[in-house]
Amino acid sequence: MGVDVLSVSVDSVFVHKMWNEHELSKMIGGDIPFPMLADQDGSIGKLYGIYDEDAGVETRGRFIIDPDGNVQGFEVLTPPVGRNVSESIRQIKAFQHVRASGGTEATPSGWKPGKATLKPGPDLVGKVWQVWDVKEAFED
Amino acid sequence: MPEEFKPGCQRPAINKPKPLEQDMAPEATDRQGREMKSHMIKVGKPAPEFTAPAFYQGKFANVSLSEYKGRWVLLCFYPGDFTFV
Repeated sequence: MGVDVLSVSVDSVFVHKMWNEHELSKMIGGDIPFPMLADQDGSIGKLYGIYDEDAGVETRGRFIIDPDGNVQGFEVLTPPVGRNVSESIRQIKAFQHVRASGGTEATPSGWKPGKATLKPGPDLVGKVWQVWDVKEAFED
Repeated sequence: MPEEFKPGCQRPAINKPKPLEQDMAPEATDRQGREMKSHMIKVGKPAPEFTAPAFYQGKFANVSLSEYKGRWVLLCFYPGDFTFV
C-alpha cells in the first residue's frame, strides 16, 4: 500500500523502548515496525487539536496524510475505545484510488477495492439510484 | 531517513512546532473559561509540520513529518504506553 505509520504519545523515547521490548514485541513477535514518537509536552497533539489538557495525554487521534502533505481524513476517539484498523486501511485505499483516478472517480459509502466507484458528472446527476444500490453501503 | 541521536541524562530541548496563527481561534474557551489554543485540523489542508524524538528499530532518532513528503502517512496518537487499549 505504500503507507508509513507514525505513532505519537506523551511518553519518552525511553518508555517507548521499554514498551516495545516488554510487551509489544511479544504481541507481534518482533519489533514495532514504525517510529514511536515522543511528544512529552503535548505540543504536537495541541497542533492537531487532540491533546487533552486535563489528563495531560493525547486522545486517540488518527490522521491520513497524502503524498502532498495534506490531511485527507481524521478520526478522534476518547481513550477507552480502540480504533478499527481495517477501516483506516479501507479509507486509505479509497483515497489512493481517487487520487490515482485524478479525481475523476469517487468512492460511494461502503466502498472497498473491487466495488463500483462513481464517476461524477452532469450525466450522473439524479441517476445514482440507477447505478448504485444501497446494499453496497454495508459489508458484503 | 531519521537522524539518529545519542541520548544523555539531560533531556534534549523540545523542538516545538510553531502554531499556525491564522487557524487559531483565541476567542474560544472551554468550560473552565480557559482559552483553547488548539485548533481544528481541516481536511484537504496541509498537515502541520513537526519534529520529534522517536524510538525506531532499536535506535533513537529525530523524525520530521516533512521527511515523508511523497508518501502516504497514517499518524496515530494514543494516550500512553502500557495503557491497555
